[in-house]
Amino acid sequence: MSDVVEKTLTALPGLLSLDSQPGSNKLSSSSKLGHLIRGITELTSKHEEEKLIQRELTSIKEQVSSPNTSMRQMKELMVRAIYCEMLGYEASFSYIHAIKLAQQGTAREKRVGYLAVSLFLNESHELLLLLVNTVLKDLQSTNLIEVCMALTVVGQIFPKDMIPAILPLVEEKLNHPKEIIRRKAVLALYKFYLIAPNQVQHIHNKFRKALCDKDPGVMTASLHIYLQLIEENPEGYKDLTTSFVTILKQVVGGKLPMDFNYHSVPAPWLQIQLLRILCLLGKNDQSTSEIMYEVLDESLRRAEINHNITYAILFECVKCIYTIHPKSELLEKAAKCIGNFVLSPKINLKYLGLKALTYVVQQDPKLALQHQMTIIECLDHPDLIIKRETLELLFRITNAQNVTVIVDKMLEFLRINKDDYTTIDLVGKTMSTVFSVGGDTMQPDIPNSFLKLLSEGFDSVEEDRKLRLFAVDSYVSLLQGEPGKLPQRFLQVISWVLGEYSCLRADLEVDTVLRLLAKLLDMKTTSSETKSWVLMAMTKLCEGGAGVSVARGVSETYSSSLDTVLRQRAQELQHLSQDPELRARVLPRHTGLEPLEVDSSLSFLDGFVSEALAAGTAPYKPRHQRQEELAQAKALSLEPYGLSLPLSMSSCSITDRQSPTLLSISSGLSGNSNDLSHKGGSSSLRLDGVKRVWGREGYLAQREPAEESAHVEVPSALRSPSQQGGADGSVCLMGKSEPTPQRFRRKARSPASSSGASENISHSLVSPPITVDTLMCNNLLDSHITSEPDVSPLEQTPPLSQGLAAANGSCDDELPDSDVKGSSPSLIGDDALVAADPAPHEEPPKDLLLSSYLPAELSGLSHSEITPLSSDQSLDLSACHVQKEGDLVLVVFIYNSSDSDIQQILLQLDSEELEVSCECDGAVGGARGHSVAVCQYSLSVKRPSVHVELVGTVSYQFPVGTPQSGQFSYKLPLSSFIRPLTLSTEEYGTMWLDFSHDTKQNLTLISDDPEPLAASLSVLKKKLQLHVVEIIGMEGIVACRLLQDQPCLMHCRLHAGTLAVWLRSPVPDLPDCLMYFCQRALQEH
Amino acid sequence: MIRFLLLFSRQGKLRLQKWFTPITEREKKKITRDMTTMVLSRQPRSCNFLHWKDLKIIYKRYASLYFCLAIENGENELIALEVIHRYVELLDKYFGNVCELDIIFNFEKAYFILDEFLMGGEIQETSKQMVNRSIEASDMLQEGDNSEWFEVELFG
Repeated sequence: MSDVVEKTLTALPGLLSLDSQPGSNKLSSSSKLGHLIRGITELTSKHEEEKLIQRELTSIKEQVSSPNTSMRQMKELMVRAIYCEMLGYEASFSYIHAIKLAQQGTAREKRVGYLAVSLFLNESHELLLLLVNTVLKDLQSTNLIEVCMALTVVGQIFPKDMIPAILPLVEEKLNHPKEIIRRKAVLALYKFYLIAPNQVQHIHNKFRKALCDKDPGVMTASLHIYLQLIEENPEGYKDLTTSFVTILKQVVGGKLPMDFNYHSVPAPWLQIQLLRILCLLGKNDQSTSEIMYEVLDESLRRAEINHNITYAILFECVKCIYTIHPKSELLEKAAKCIGNFVLSPKINLKYLGLKALTYVVQQDPKLALQHQMTIIECLDHPDLIIKRETLELLFRITNAQNVTVIVDKMLEFLRINKDDYTTIDLVGKTMSTVFSVGGDTMQPDIPNSFLKLLSEGFDSVEEDRKLRLFAVDSYVSLLQGEPGKLPQRFLQVISWVLGEYSCLRADLEVDTVLRLLAKLLDMKTTSSETKSWVLMAMTKLCEGGAGVSVARGVSETYSSSLDTVLRQRAQELQHLSQDPELRARVLPRHTGLEPLEVDSSLSFLDGFVSEALAAGTAPYKPRHQRQEELAQAKALSLEPYGLSLPLSMSSCSITDRQSPTLLSISSGLSGNSNDLSHKGGSSSLRLDGVKRVWGREGYLAQREPAEESAHVEVPSALRSPSQQGGADGSVCLMGKSEPTPQRFRRKARSPASSSGASENISHSLVSPPITVDTLMCNNLLDSHITSEPDVSPLEQTPPLSQGLAAANGSCDDELPDSDVKGSSPSLIGDDALVAADPAPHEEPPKDLLLSSYLPAELSGLSHSEITPLSSDQSLDLSACHVQKEGDLVLVVFIYNSSDSDIQQILLQLDSEELEVSCECDGAVGGARGHSVAVCQYSLSVKRPSVHVELVGTVSYQFPVGTPQSGQFSYKLPLSSFIRPLTLSTEEYGTMWLDFSHDTKQNLTLISDDPEPLAASLSVLKKKLQLHVVEIIGMEGIVACRLLQDQPCLMHCRLHAGTLAVWLRSPVPDLPDCLMYFCQRALQEH
Repeated sequence: MIRFLLLFSRQGKLRLQKWFTPITEREKKKITRDMTTMVLSRQPRSCNFLHWKDLKIIYKRYASLYFCLAIENGENELIALEVIHRYVELLDKYFGNVCELDIIFNFEKAYFILDEFLMGGEIQETSKQMVNRSIEASDMLQEGDNSEWFEVELFG
């Protein structure tokens, strides 16, 4: 056939050039359409365009309805009408004329008529009925081009109901001698199958004939139908597997005519279609899968040209291999293939690689791990689409370990993403994953904010509805599965969502939901908190009918529950389910969109209160006020309650703190010293303390090794010069009388010191001319406030003391204010230094010397003591840190003590808690003999911890000699990173509620001041650089920030002689660390 | 299955639209607006794929003209990219060094080529020669008596 065409084309050059040669009328400038188009491009405003088009449309309208317009002119008019429609202007008057043109015109006009019809109308348009006759006529035409046109238009738009009228004619065309006609007929049937499958049910055997057509084009067309059929019923077509495999083998083997090649790849569209069919057939079917292994292997092997089309085939191949019954050899090859995709620099291939990983990750999670680095890189890809695909992948590999990171990334993505659909998809899909995996380990505010998002919604009502529906649907199906495995938090979320929104899904019976919820109640694993959520949801749901009976059953069971909350909920459920009117008032439907007005002052109760007051009731006092009054009154009868309170307080602080634990116990005790003192004589109290320690044998045994180390530490602390002589001084006295368990334990173990201790105790008991009670109380308090050497061994709980001993040559600035040169250095710090490294004592002037090397811009600022890091025969390293307003700078001094020059010194710093950025590029450069090189680093906190440590390596080489290197570490307190945060009380208020990490503790108050709160806060302000926002009566609010810009808020209240401190921050661990420093600061005062 | 194909200029002017499933006029306008804004706002070296509702949008720029194809979710993105490319090749073969102006002034021809290439949202004919042959055969149809002669010549 092609030869004929070629001949025709060459034989008739003259004719072709008339007007139909391709491209001959490129700019048909003379035509009216050309005129219109150029007219439009010259216009500048939308308004002018509108005017011009309206004019044009009026003129077209006039002409099409004129009886004198020839079909040829009509064709021209139609083209212009199509153009106007494309610009967005309706030309509905021309629709009927388009049909007329298709009906009455000659072939060329008909073609434009059909085109106009297919562009103007859609399947449901009533004018299409007028087309049926034309199509019928043309299908029977002897002109093949007319037949082609008719089939084309049938394949585009055809009224569903009229299919039977033309079906026999189209069917007949399957036997047409011309392949182009057969192909179009197959595609028309495919279209029929899509819009009205039952209309073509009886001709399935004809599809099979098309599949076996000798022309590959017709066969390819029939595959569209088969893909559809097999998708619906894979079992029915298993017998065709061999045929499909054979076809694919031939295609891959290059047996098709060259015409089918695309960029020298044989029939890629056909290959992909076949692979998709095989994928469906081989799924969950080993024997069928086995038939295809060979050809899949060959497909993988043959696809070697570096072209998009090859990758398209490979992608489909990989998908198929991972879907069908697995064969390890093929899987291996496919995995390698995915690797190529993922690692490809081409962004489209990377995208597909991620997609493929997402697809296979269920079968082979290891593969995703292999490409972990690439995946992480892709997360920060500038292209949102890549990012989204990566998140999609990540959600499939979410587990309890990485859930927080992934949720963070998701939230970040949602913040920059503008597309509502994506948002809903991601939020809905992933919150489910996150809840079911992360579940109980999550912060409680995550589910809360999810529910808030659900109820407040987005900007569009429709999108909200979709998201809620999505949530309802997926949660109902989850409950129908195995809800026992879901975390409690997730079950709570589910209950809330179902209670609130299951009415949106009209076909979902309330009854079903209630039953599902009741099932949750029956499960043993459901916690009572969850149960109360479930009951709440049921209360919202039960609306007459069957619901009531379920509700009654449930409420009967739980109205005798031991849990008061559950009982309350059950009662609510019972009453509300029986009284629809009341229910409607209490739980109104569909009003959730307006935010609820909460009257936090409870003003509606004012009447009740005043009545009660009038009746003689005592006015309400807040809890802390009551306690204070109690404490002042020293009521005897309340003793047992009084004792239990501080103990519970301290026990809760034990759980979330490490080093300050012991202190907090005692501060808790001291906080209620009044009660303690009431216990009777001082000796009995002390015995009490001893007993508590001795009473727990197991506890002691555990502590023993720790005691040893503490024991070792003590002498060094005690023998510090200031204390050697004054054993009977107040410091020592209070130290010895310390009633903490460890103290007693140690004394008991060493008889020598115990005798001294008892002496001291008795001394302390007798000597001061105060009552025993108050002395005890003072002792307890003072031991925390003043006795620095005493606190230190306490502080040195095993890990810390070991850390100190191990940190050879490290500097340890224990105290916050020891950072700043000028204030007294801490004893611990000094001790550690003395013990670890005698160097600074040998060269005392070096410090002064070094400080002159401080960079000019830092010299005016306060800097910490310059401490030696490491030294060897030729290099001495020292460092200090300088606090700038917005920064913390670490300055490292490198002193070359040798005679020769060092060309290159490399310093590397690393830290788990800190972000270190170098201001000098890591390489210091050289240091001449006997000179100092200085290096600056800027530090910021990654992960708060009471002390942060830097570990570093220095490496250098002399011009002659081997490379040298040394290690060192530098420790600094978190308080060096604290800066004041200036804000107003209102700002404080809003921020306070946003922060999720908090800690509470009672701290010792500075009691010797007439205004203890103000005095304590000013100490904190001075020592820790906190900003006091406001002091209101007994309460004070304080704010600070951790570099760079991580706020921490503090709320303090005077409470029973102590300072009740509550810290909040968005940063985990920050409140705990800060609490520690506050405690230290107040004690040291 | 391909859902729709849009051709628009860098200025967002629609040059050609083909919808393979029934869609209301209002919806068409909205989609067109969405597509132009989405595609035109893409950074130069991003990937050629986008998500839009439950569809995947494959787009590619040829000179000043954007080709934008919407496919269903299970389809292969890369092959869709090649569908666009093949269509451009077909236009190029027909017009000879095709440019945006060819498509603006002869958009009905571009539609005819598309109708030979795709049918009902599926690939009908991938061979450049074959598509061109049928287009030329139809082009050469003259009004009146000699049409039958051409037909005989063309179809054997």
